Amino acid sequence: MPTVAPRYAANDGLIDAARAAIGDALIEAYDKVGEVSLTIERDQIVPALVALRDTPGLEYQQLMEIAGVDYPANGAERFEVVYHLLSLTRNSRIRVRVRTDEAHAVPSVTGIWPVAGWLEREVFDMYGVLFDGNPDLRRILTDYGFRGHPQRKDFPLTGYVELRYSETDKRVVYEPVQLAQDYRTFEFQSPWEGASYTLPGDEKAALPQAKGAMTPVTADQIKRADTSESKAQAPAGDKKVTDTPADTGAGKPHPGNAPSEKPDRDPSAPPVQTTPAKEERSDPLPPEEHK
Amino acid sequence: MADYVDELIGRTDASDPTPGDTEIQNYTINFGPQHPAAHGVLRLVMELEGEIIERIDPHVGLLHRGTEKLIEHKTYLQALPYFDRLDYCSPMCMEHSYVLAVEKLLDLEVPLRAQYIRVLFAEITRIMNHMLNLGSHVMDVGAMTPNLWFFELREDTMGFYERASGARMHAAYLRPGGVHQDVPLRLLTDIGDWVDTRLPKLFEDAVSLVADNRIFKQRNVDIATVSREDAIAWGFSGPMIRAAGIPWDLRKSQPYDVYDRMEFDVPVGTRGDCYDRFMVRVEEVRQSARIIKQCLRDMPEGPIASLDRKVVPPKRGEMKRSMEALIHHFKLYTEGFHVPAGEVYVATESPKGEFGVYLVADGSNKPYRCKIRPTAFSHLQAMDFMSKGHMLADTTAILGAMDIVFGECDR
Repeated sequence: MPTVAPRYAANDGLIDAARAAIGDALIEAYDKVGEVSLTIERDQIVPALVALRDTPGLEYQQLMEIAGVDYPANGAERFEVVYHLLSLTRNSRIRVRVRTDEAHAVPSVTGIWPVAGWLEREVFDMYGVLFDGNPDLRRILTDYGFRGHPQRKDFPLTGYVELRYSETDKRVVYEPVQLAQDYRTFEFQSPWEGASYTLPGDEKAALPQAKGAMTPVTADQIKRADTSESKAQAPAGDKKVTDTPADTGAGKPHPGNAPSEKPDRDPSAPPVQTTPAKEERSDPLPPEEHK
Repeated sequence: MADYVDELIGRTDASDPTPGDTEIQNYTINFGPQHPAAHGVLRLVMELEGEIIERIDPHVGLLHRGTEKLIEHKTYLQALPYFDRLDYCSPMCMEHSYVLAVEKLLDLEVPLRAQYIRVLFAEITRIMNHMLNLGSHVMDVGAMTPNLWFFELREDTMGFYERASGARMHAAYLRPGGVHQDVPLRLLTDIGDWVDTRLPKLFEDAVSLVADNRIFKQRNVDIATVSREDAIAWGFSGPMIRAAGIPWDLRKSQPYDVYDRMEFDVPVGTRGDCYDRFMVRVEEVRQSARIIKQCLRDMPEGPIASLDRKVVPPKRGEMKRSMEALIHHFKLYTEGFHVPAGEVYVATESPKGEFGVYLVADGSNKPYRCKIRPTAFSHLQAMDFMSKGHMLADTTAILGAMDIVFGECDR
């Protein structure tokens, strides 16, 4: 192995020897990155570990570590309890794991190694895994009277309770956690590699458009005011007067004001613009007036 | 109530002839959490019969900071400084297990010079740790002077830390793939001078005050004897298992970095008592000095970190000239490197014993689980049977010889 990690005895034939010693209780065994892992049925953990300790050729005398791991994706049996054994005579390490859930207790191995007492207490404290046969299964690392199991993946990093010394009460008081600033989780994973997160500000993109913010019209949607399509139609049925157009003459050209009725107009001349003010504005002003 | 009145006036009946409380009961006292000999925040609930210890229930966790939980929310590089803060008396040895675990998962090669620098500083750290422990041990049993001399030496090692990494304690110097920066040549020559002159003089002077001292021996010899069988069953490691007579040293038996090139002896005890533990550590300091000399003699020139640019960020000067280096720098310090899915348990010989890291990676840039195996957990748990039948005053000697630091124990 090119890495500089601790080198110990080769694992050749170790899995076969372990399978012969443990028998049917062995669910799974593999050798990855130079470390052998065995998965064992929960109820058979004590005889299996005794076999690993006492079988000649295995001789794992020391229990170095019990680690809990939480895999919520694994369904009901989400917790793994991982035992790390060390052989002083063979200079070898092996990893043994069992799967469990909140309700089913793992048989305690304190009868094999007394050191397991505190290690199991820690797994219980951190994950809530029960150990059947541990004589002293109290919390160990968390505060007196702590609730919850902090290493579970669904336990928030900030916790639920904070404490401070109260000058008025002259004692330490426990209060719900109040953060002056939100906990900032940075998701550094690259968006090209399947990270699914919203950048700050982008969360508005998914929402429906807020009322009042008009969509700007594009150039081809802009209509000139005097084109016939853009003429506003008076809403029907919403009359404010009782007179009909027939009575008032509203909407009709003024009598005698139509071009054809103008008396002195030459019909060949261009038609008169209806909005003379607009025409004036469009004319360039003379330079004298502009000053 | 009638019983109470009877008791007050001293009336007794035939079935219970004891008047009042002439029956002696065991006395329960608290040792700590604030006690100078508790080496931190340790609360021992002791049940005493007179001055004889009947039972000890250590309450730990008063320094629990949720390090393992925090590491799950940090990238692999950001998780490294947490290790300095575990055993703050031997910071770089804590980093050592972690970087080896990450490198094992990444299958990363480390240049030879980086391996030598790591071993050099691991041994300086061992001296740093033992100076504190030996000094506080002798002070716990009543001697003052050696502690001051040991602290002089400890101060020197912290100076070396500062000149290599910029920090006196929380170095964050060992990195996955190597070390953070090269050591100046002047520092290496100064370490060489120190190992040749100052360390042996001060250290041997201080040890000579206590090693054969009658009072020191009375306080330590045959106190808290641990047999080989007990040491194995209770998961002992480091000086604790060696003092029990088992020549087990991970630097020898499971060598990492360039320890397989080093020549050193593994001291073992004969009786497994507190005096043996003290003397094993004394000898380890001498052996560490030997290893330091070999490191300085054999250290080659060359790169101090892996050249794999997907793990080790480029140097700043390179970053100013190369666009690719700039991109790598940015990516490595924001997203960090990804570690292939898998799990490893890597243990190194920290000054206190086997310090292990069980790292579960899920292929992302953050550890899925990082379980830290503290040395103190198994040793402190044995406190109960080790001190049974001893006097109350022996507690400090037993505790001092265990070498427990609560940053590591409580995590």
